[in-house]
Amino acid sequence: MSAPKTLYDKIWDAHVVSQDEDGTCLLYIDRHLVHEVTSPQAFEGLRMAGRPVRAPEKTIAVPDHNVPTTLDRVSGVIANEESRIQVEALDKNAKDFGINYYPVNDIRQGIVHIVGPEQGWTLPGMTVVCGDSHTATHGAFGALAHGIGTSEVEHVLATQTLIQKKSKNMKVEITGKLKPGVTAKDITLAVIGHTGTAGGTGYVIEYCGEAIRDLSMEGRMTVCNMAIEGGARAGLIAPDEKTFEYVKGRPHAPKGAQYEAALNWWKTLFTDEGAHFDKVVTIRAEDIEPVVTWGTSPEDVLPISAVVPAAESFTGGKVDAAKRSLDYMGLEPGQKLTDIKIDVVFIGSCTNGRIEDLRAAAKVVKGKKLANGVRAMVVPGSGLVRHQAEEEGLDQIFTEAGFEWRMAGCSMCLAMNPDQLAEYERCASTSNRNFEGRQGYKGRTHLMSPAMAAAAAITGHLTDVRELMAAEEIA
Amino acid sequence: MEKFQKVTGIAAPMPLVNIDTDMIIPKVFLKTIKRSGLGVNLFDEMRYDRAGNELPDFVLNKPQYRDASILIAGDNFGCGSSREHAPWALADFGIKVIVSTSFADIFFNNCFKNGMLPIVLPQAEVDLLMKDAEKGANARMTVDLENQQITTSDGVTIPFEVDAFKKHCLINGLDDIGLTLEKVSAIDTFEAQSAQSRPWV
Repeated sequence: MSAPKTLYDKIWDAHVVSQDEDGTCLLYIDRHLVHEVTSPQAFEGLRMAGRPVRAPEKTIAVPDHNVPTTLDRVSGVIANEESRIQVEALDKNAKDFGINYYPVNDIRQGIVHIVGPEQGWTLPGMTVVCGDSHTATHGAFGALAHGIGTSEVEHVLATQTLIQKKSKNMKVEITGKLKPGVTAKDITLAVIGHTGTAGGTGYVIEYCGEAIRDLSMEGRMTVCNMAIEGGARAGLIAPDEKTFEYVKGRPHAPKGAQYEAALNWWKTLFTDEGAHFDKVVTIRAEDIEPVVTWGTSPEDVLPISAVVPAAESFTGGKVDAAKRSLDYMGLEPGQKLTDIKIDVVFIGSCTNGRIEDLRAAAKVVKGKKLANGVRAMVVPGSGLVRHQAEEEGLDQIFTEAGFEWRMAGCSMCLAMNPDQLAEYERCASTSNRNFEGRQGYKGRTHLMSPAMAAAAAITGHLTDVRELMAAEEIA
Repeated sequence: MEKFQKVTGIAAPMPLVNIDTDMIIPKVFLKTIKRSGLGVNLFDEMRYDRAGNELPDFVLNKPQYRDASILIAGDNFGCGSSREHAPWALADFGIKVIVSTSFADIFFNNCFKNGMLPIVLPQAEVDLLMKDAEKGANARMTVDLENQQITTSDGVTIPFEVDAFKKHCLINGLDDIGLTLEKVSAIDTFEAQSAQSRPWV
């Protein structure tokens, strides 16, 4: 009998094309997702070398980072010239190289990491790459998925492989059950708060345990999405009945006998009893509270009941970094997190732009109004998420409360499009990065779950959503 | 790709931890469809005020570090996004080597694709190099990839590890795609087998 393997070992082994003596491998890539920002130079490289795309049928492109999310975009072109050139370059490259494409005006357009699973391109056991660090999202399906740079985008386009060395195995187990009102976003932020942003460097994380099993596919995508924020190359969750049910019937998922054949293999995709992990982190689900970030690194996580920390409470290089963060964020040590007033609320992104996220936010918002002076927007992760939400009447709930209801895109997660914070504006955001300038020059970001962001929108300050409604009613 | 053998130059100290890709090259500069010309916007929001004037306190604006080719950086350098614009901007500025206790995975890989050498060393050695870098322009370091060692301005030598394949590619200026295409028959074979075993892919 062969040695017990982790889920990562199994997927890795199934994709090794060749291996050199020093362990450097050529790894086959099953799905290559492409967006407009990190691909133009790669396509240009192919043209200069006269190379075709090796597997256009396994390559899927969609513009998301640059696209405006205002309703008038359906009839107009993108006003910002540089953005328009980048999107037009993707239009042209998709056509010239014959790859699958969802242009801006297609209802299936959206954030690449939401479109991939939604269309059934992402399947268990696959290798999935994209020139985007949040490719880790697809790990929720038990797919080995990670971000790559533009040189590697070109490499995958030309060869359908990547030159890789295997990472180490890390297990993150969330035992027991979450308390009511605590969500997937709180899990993933709490893990980063625990391990630090470099804690996962050199590892592929497998998330497991009862609290992970209990999550929906949407919640699992939220958890894996932020594996990169913990420094890991990828995050994985073993596929189960929920996964198979989610995948079944999607446009590019296998059908009939092929589905059955695929299912037989997918059911073997779990970590064997006794398989070796190089690092194990265990967190009790009941210890996780609704959390927010206070600083400018995703590791700056605290329960909403806490106070802003003093820089001196840290050690090493983090003392200076915390000083810089507090200054940037305009916060004083000892200040209660719930006393922090906000100007803007952003609900969306590849972390929290799926239907379940919008439902969770809508539950909090229903029948209430935005706090005075707060600007808030809901940006569905794809045209289809938007459509589904409208079918359920969620758009009405949001607009009646005073939120803007937008078209799909990356929006204010990274401010490459018109959705940005003004200088010193403070945002309750469901996105993934609170870096300096991430949502706009001098903008201040607090990361949190959709329910918590919705609560902040109603009260005008960071808020424990459990004070607005019964914890059991929160998604 | 340009061959990388030995670099002798000025090292700039950047002790801040978690220097992320948004700091290295803010997203507003990602709208280019070229690889070149990003050096002027390297560390843009730390380096210039809103009107575009240089901030004199920022290390690369100080006269002694304007021609730096080596960065000595705090933990977890390059965390965040996969944007290769970050190494493109560093390379365009003239940075060839970055030393830290740790790097974000994607950034680390991206450096090698652009003829740059990221070096991981233990804290004590990074601290020693940081002190050396703080001496300014007269303190030149040498990074010798062939022999895998850094020599400080005082003549102290510090050995470092580097992946053998990545070293080979850097020293010879090899193009990854060209190397992989030499193995195209192995890819063909894998695809043919995979079409049988996993036809749904």
